Amino acid sequence: MTTLKRVPWTLVVFAAALVVPFLGSRFYTFVATDIAILSLFAMSLNLLLGYTGLVSFGHAAYFGIGAYACALLMKSAGAPFLPSLVAGGLMAAAFALVFGFFCVRLTRIYFAMLTLAFAQIVWAICFKWNDVTGGEQGLPNVPYPDIDWMSSLPVLGDFRTGDQFYLVCVLIVALCIAGLRRIIDSPFGRVLTVIRDNAERAQFIGVNVRAHQLAAFVVAGFFAGISGALFGIFNRGVFPDFCYWTKSAEPLIMTILGGMSAFWGPAVGAAAFIVLNQQITSYTEYWPFTMGVVLIILLFVFPGGIAGTLIGAVERLRARPQPDAGSAPDARESDARG
Amino acid sequence: MLEVEGVRKTFDGFTAVDGVSLSVARGEIAAVIGPNGAGKSTLFNLITGHLSPDAGRVLLKGRDITGAAPHRICLMGMGRSFQRTNIFAKLTVFENVQAAFITHRRHGGNFWSLSSSLYRSETHELLASLGLIDKADAVSGALSHGAQKQVELGIALACDPEILLLDEPTAGMSAAETHETIRLLERIARERGLTLLFTEHDMEVVFSIAQRISVLHQGRMIARGTPTEVQAHAEVRRVYLGERH
Repeated sequence: MTTLKRVPWTLVVFAAALVVPFLGSRFYTFVATDIAILSLFAMSLNLLLGYTGLVSFGHAAYFGIGAYACALLMKSAGAPFLPSLVAGGLMAAAFALVFGFFCVRLTRIYFAMLTLAFAQIVWAICFKWNDVTGGEQGLPNVPYPDIDWMSSLPVLGDFRTGDQFYLVCVLIVALCIAGLRRIIDSPFGRVLTVIRDNAERAQFIGVNVRAHQLAAFVVAGFFAGISGALFGIFNRGVFPDFCYWTKSAEPLIMTILGGMSAFWGPAVGAAAFIVLNQQITSYTEYWPFTMGVVLIILLFVFPGGIAGTLIGAVERLRARPQPDAGSAPDARESDARG
Repeated sequence: MLEVEGVRKTFDGFTAVDGVSLSVARGEIAAVIGPNGAGKSTLFNLITGHLSPDAGRVLLKGRDITGAAPHRICLMGMGRSFQRTNIFAKLTVFENVQAAFITHRRHGGNFWSLSSSLYRSETHELLASLGLIDKADAVSGALSHGAQKQVELGIALACDPEILLLDEPTAGMSAAETHETIRLLERIARERGLTLLFTEHDMEVVFSIAQRISVLHQGRMIARGTPTEVQAHAEVRRVYLGERH
């Protein structure tokens, strides 16, 4: 476990991601962009799911709000990319603060249902508010960020716009993931795991449980908003189904598929989900059925998620030479008691 | 240190705690005893903010804490342990105790420092004094019952309480473990000048360390006093001690 932890995974993944445009395939870059953006979406959800123990069925609300806010600023107001992106994240965080205020007053399934209800309200508003959100038609033709300056750079200049935008996405996603990592490793992050493990006991070591849950909800909403903003641009348009409940299910499936106990689990799940989806849709028209069957099989083969199961296997392999030395004192203790 | 004035709690028409008053002086070791269902745990929940009383007041260091949120009461210097072991089972022993240091010193809103580097020496010191140092890196949920009870005590002590409420600290322990735990509690209370209020089943334990005893029966306080006074109390002998002889 310690050796696994010493590997700077963030850098490894980041370096691997940077290689993709050099493969020269429009398709690979497209898939990689999709994976990068939705990894951030899934990892933002996992701050709630895996680290705070809150199951949100409405995470797409913040993804969608971020997407609409950023797209509206860029398209209607002609604002530059970076401020619009940050505004998308902040807008999502603001809504998360308001909705979360009510949600954290409930627990378990009631919490989940209220997050879903708020998300469906957001969806309904986006669907009907023709003047602002474009209603059912959504907001097509969201402009690409102004990344022409890249063309004057030595290596990047030869890339297509899609590749250049991909690099921008990777950079932003990497920064966000580094931020999430830092938050998880912070005292605040420790308090979240304490709440996940035992919310009742947490109160009696001086934790304001609701306040911390709300803060986690807002942080998760912010990063979901950033990923939504990127996705809107990548998708060249923002549509109401960004907020629909099926969109909320996606990061849940990705996180469970990848493993919510591992920091990188949701990203692994996002990659697996997207690649599977691409492959299956290219082979059969019955792709939702096939996808469902494959997911069920994967969940049985990898009970702790793909990443969780692999990490567990590596740990067991490493621990094998030592178990006698480690567990002997405990065994003796329980013998004495029995 | 702690004053409880006529607290009452009713659940669906059943009065679990009925007008109970007690006071614990600074540095005192006090016990609440009573048969199962006498209302001991409810009384503790009322004092620590887990439940809000229907009537009556609770004062901690002269300040009214009736119905305050548990985390606020904890931050004011009241620690507690639970009858059923109540720890952070997926975290290691070290992380359990360290988390309590972090939260109690109000670092919970810190998004940026590395939590793993905080309060390392304090945590090690506390684990050493509890005899848990060799189990520091073990996942706490996998430990024996007795060790988990000690982890729980560690969590409570990391909050640096002035008064500690222990709900059956030796429940489920063997005779040897009970003896060890009681000596540990006595030592820690003395070293830290702690005030202790505990409930206990084991009469031997109660009469060996408690300076004052309150007896609950069917939600009512039927006697208060020193161990000798309580033992001599006629009603106590009838409803409680009598059952045991």
